[in-house]
Amino acid sequence: MIRDEFVWMAGGPQGSGVDSAANIFARACCYGGLHVYGKREYHSNIKGLHSYFHIRISQKEVAADLDRVDLLCTFDAESVVRHVWEVAPGGGIICDAEALKTRIFDIPTWLRPFTEELRKTLDERGIRPETVGDLLNEVKKNNVRTYAVPYMDLLKEVAAEIGEEKLSRLTRIINVLALGASSGLVDYDKTYVEKAIKAIFGDKPKIISMNLLALGKAYDYARRNFGDFGFKLEPVPTNEKRIFIQGTQAVALGKLVGGCRLQTYYPITPAADESEYLEENEVLELEKSAFESAGGSIIVMQTEDEIAAINMASGAVLTGIRAATATSGPGFSLMVEGLGWAGNNEVPVVVTHYQRGAPSTGLPTRHGQSDLQFALHASHGEFPRIILCSGDIEECFYDAARAFNYAERYQTPVIHLIDKALANSNKSCGVFDPTQVRIERGQLLTEADVKGKEYERFEFTESAVSPRLPLGTPGAVFWNTGDEHDEQGHISEEPGMRTRMYEKRMRKLETADKEIPVQERVNSFGDSDADATIVSWGSPKGAILEAMDRLRQEGYKMSFLQVRMPHPLPKEYIAEVLGKTKKKIVVEGNYGAQLAGIIREQTGIAMDYFVLKWNGRPVSADEVYEALKLIMQEKAPRRQVLTHGT
Amino acid sequence: MALKLTDYRTPVFVDWCPGCGDFGILSAVQMALVDLQLPPSGVVIFSGIGCHAKLPHFVNAYGVHTLHGRTLPFAVGAKLANPGLEVIAVMGDGDGLGIGAGHFVNTGRRNIDMTVLIHDNGVYGLTKGQASPTLKLGLRTKSLPKPNINEGINPIAIALAAGYTFIARSYAYDVRHLKETIKKGIQHNGLAVVIIQQPCPTYNDINTKEWYGGEDHIDPATGKPVPRLYRLEETGYDGVVHNPEEAFQKYLAALTKAQEWGDKIPMGVFYQNELVPTYQERISQRIPTYLENPPAKQAISDPSGRPVTSIERMLEQLRVTG
Repeated sequence: MIRDEFVWMAGGPQGSGVDSAANIFARACCYGGLHVYGKREYHSNIKGLHSYFHIRISQKEVAADLDRVDLLCTFDAESVVRHVWEVAPGGGIICDAEALKTRIFDIPTWLRPFTEELRKTLDERGIRPETVGDLLNEVKKNNVRTYAVPYMDLLKEVAAEIGEEKLSRLTRIINVLALGASSGLVDYDKTYVEKAIKAIFGDKPKIISMNLLALGKAYDYARRNFGDFGFKLEPVPTNEKRIFIQGTQAVALGKLVGGCRLQTYYPITPAADESEYLEENEVLELEKSAFESAGGSIIVMQTEDEIAAINMASGAVLTGIRAATATSGPGFSLMVEGLGWAGNNEVPVVVTHYQRGAPSTGLPTRHGQSDLQFALHASHGEFPRIILCSGDIEECFYDAARAFNYAERYQTPVIHLIDKALANSNKSCGVFDPTQVRIERGQLLTEADVKGKEYERFEFTESAVSPRLPLGTPGAVFWNTGDEHDEQGHISEEPGMRTRMYEKRMRKLETADKEIPVQERVNSFGDSDADATIVSWGSPKGAILEAMDRLRQEGYKMSFLQVRMPHPLPKEYIAEVLGKTKKKIVVEGNYGAQLAGIIREQTGIAMDYFVLKWNGRPVSADEVYEALKLIMQEKAPRRQVLTHGT
Repeated sequence: MALKLTDYRTPVFVDWCPGCGDFGILSAVQMALVDLQLPPSGVVIFSGIGCHAKLPHFVNAYGVHTLHGRTLPFAVGAKLANPGLEVIAVMGDGDGLGIGAGHFVNTGRRNIDMTVLIHDNGVYGLTKGQASPTLKLGLRTKSLPKPNINEGINPIAIALAAGYTFIARSYAYDVRHLKETIKKGIQHNGLAVVIIQQPCPTYNDINTKEWYGGEDHIDPATGKPVPRLYRLEETGYDGVVHNPEEAFQKYLAALTKAQEWGDKIPMGVFYQNELVPTYQERISQRIPTYLENPPAKQAISDPSGRPVTSIERMLEQLRVTG
């Protein structure tokens, strides 16, 4: 590659195939040995409103987004207007030749906040473009070139060749025309794109051949008419075994390896993809060499609501299996009573919570990271819980598997916090290694263990963990109740029993805190003698690592403490690290700096700088870099609010 | 050795009000388990919140006292994970048809092989007698400040519309009839619901034992009370669907019968249709090994803790190089 990185963006109305075009292009790049990080942004809408997909292509593995776009590939006029300013000097915009005539303020899908912003931007720049073409002429001054593709003419050629009389039936392949023009412009080896089309449309030969035809037309059109783009996307063939995977898929695979055998869900964005992927793969292969078995399965149940979802999962867990539910903010809000029941009955249920813009319906399809304090306090009363936060797609896989270990070892609910940025991003990475996963079931008894003995489900023990028995085990019975209870599980309101049983439950958290090694709870990166330490959790990890690398290359000594288990918080370790650094900086996707609050509550240590964001878009490596640099240069206010993203 | 009634009792003090219909329901459940010789360790009784919900604590079987209205999701989760369990879900009328109404309806869609018992006394007993969803319009039970302003719902009609494949009514004080009805529900291959009319001697001073017994309703010919409750099976009514062609007709007949209330209240089996595939059968169509190796029987690791679930197939689909 001329540059070692290239950012391609596809934009168009929802329902026009932005996702599939981006997936094809991303896979095509992966086939060529390039690394890809993809970010998907979409409205809460099925058809018509704007959506886009950023694809960052690099020779090295990447886990964050950049602000700039090198090639903006648009299907419609709106995408040009929305993203024109993001295109970097030397970059290009592929657009529909007919869109050039579109009058900017006549685009029907604009909503008021956007047009107000747009007028402001145009005023600031002192320009008055009437049409999309005028606007594109303006950006020529920044050395951003326009590549107009006559989509309709090319569609007519395709229609003629396949004998399709109705052109309207073919408009859905405009995405492939745009993709073909993109590939042609950067002179990328077409065979990779063809392979990706075949992979994506798998068992639909007619659709494949139509798409290949459209791809070829647009590819050739670009090669013939557009000349040299000044950048050629070169493959970097590799023998390394890699996958291209979305966050929700990584969680699902982690659950399967971790032994999850029942998953419940109620449809919600962005969590539902995970459950649907699990359902597609409900029939499992178990290693026969290890066990004589008839083959495995995971039952995926779409429930009537999230209340049913968590309680059904708990009911399943009582039979001794591993079960989970997956949801997002509004769903988790409904689950909290069930979470408390599981806490009170020491049920190791796992809740995967994909945060999105909140409160209430908030930004249903956009990013947010504001549910950490909620996860910590969800449900009335006190009971132990363990919270795990993944920072990237690989962690999503391994954390999804180990969440069950923590749940079962301490017999308490585990909340696995993920966010929309991870759920809906894709990346290329090395193949996950299931052999790194260990299954620890804690104290789980069988029929032989209880034979001839009096079994008590909530027996008082030194560790505060009582041996668990699956419902239906012959030779025993036990009771559960949401009431306070005695060792057998019968209701008890006696103050003495209440004091002991309450304490027994709470003490499990202390046991967990003592037993779980700090390496499983935080990741540390950067310089050991850092002048500044960044603290964060969740998806900002990738952007922070990249920003920190750039700053370290500039000579700043920095470190990054990624908290993967905010509860129980490894407070001694965190206090020790933060005690040694000069500048303590927190980066979070919320207003209140929720992690910083937890750290202050538990260690007494306050952050010096806050880098926060809540505009519904993930942090980019560029804006984190800029914010951190201001801090290192002593030019930053205590609180910086990030606003990048469209 | 045959199981006896005492094998299903626990030493826990039964703390319902004297004369409560729950005593009859408890006895009928225990007697049904004896008759069917179901071992205590093979039975799980789930309950919600309310007076009814203490029932599992008095039965020597696995007992799961859940949340208000949430009995069915818990029960369904356990049954799906381990289809070998005999699952009985006990609910109150406010619990199952008010706060838990969504679960009552949606569980009907699934026809999971388990038995649902609804204690229907028209009031929320444990919170001191507010109107439950089954209390009829205009009635003013003892602790209501004003007469009930809402219509009472018809649980049998709802169960029919929701897809329950065994729908019956019985009476808490007719323990023998109730026991037989519960047994039929347990033996039914599919989702069974038994609506149990139950006086609440403390808070429902209208639908009392005397009211059900028709003591306000003397037959002038005999001078004896004419009980409101009568047995469907004694009228020649047959709610069982014997072939697919008669399913709709039986459904309509049950829906019609379900409207009777007041001077004449039918009890017995309103509708039974074992021709509808159970959820377990439906899953088995997709997962052929489900019944043989359900979730509760599957190994997830070898003795050293190494996972045994292969994700090779999925990784292969996601593979892009190498």
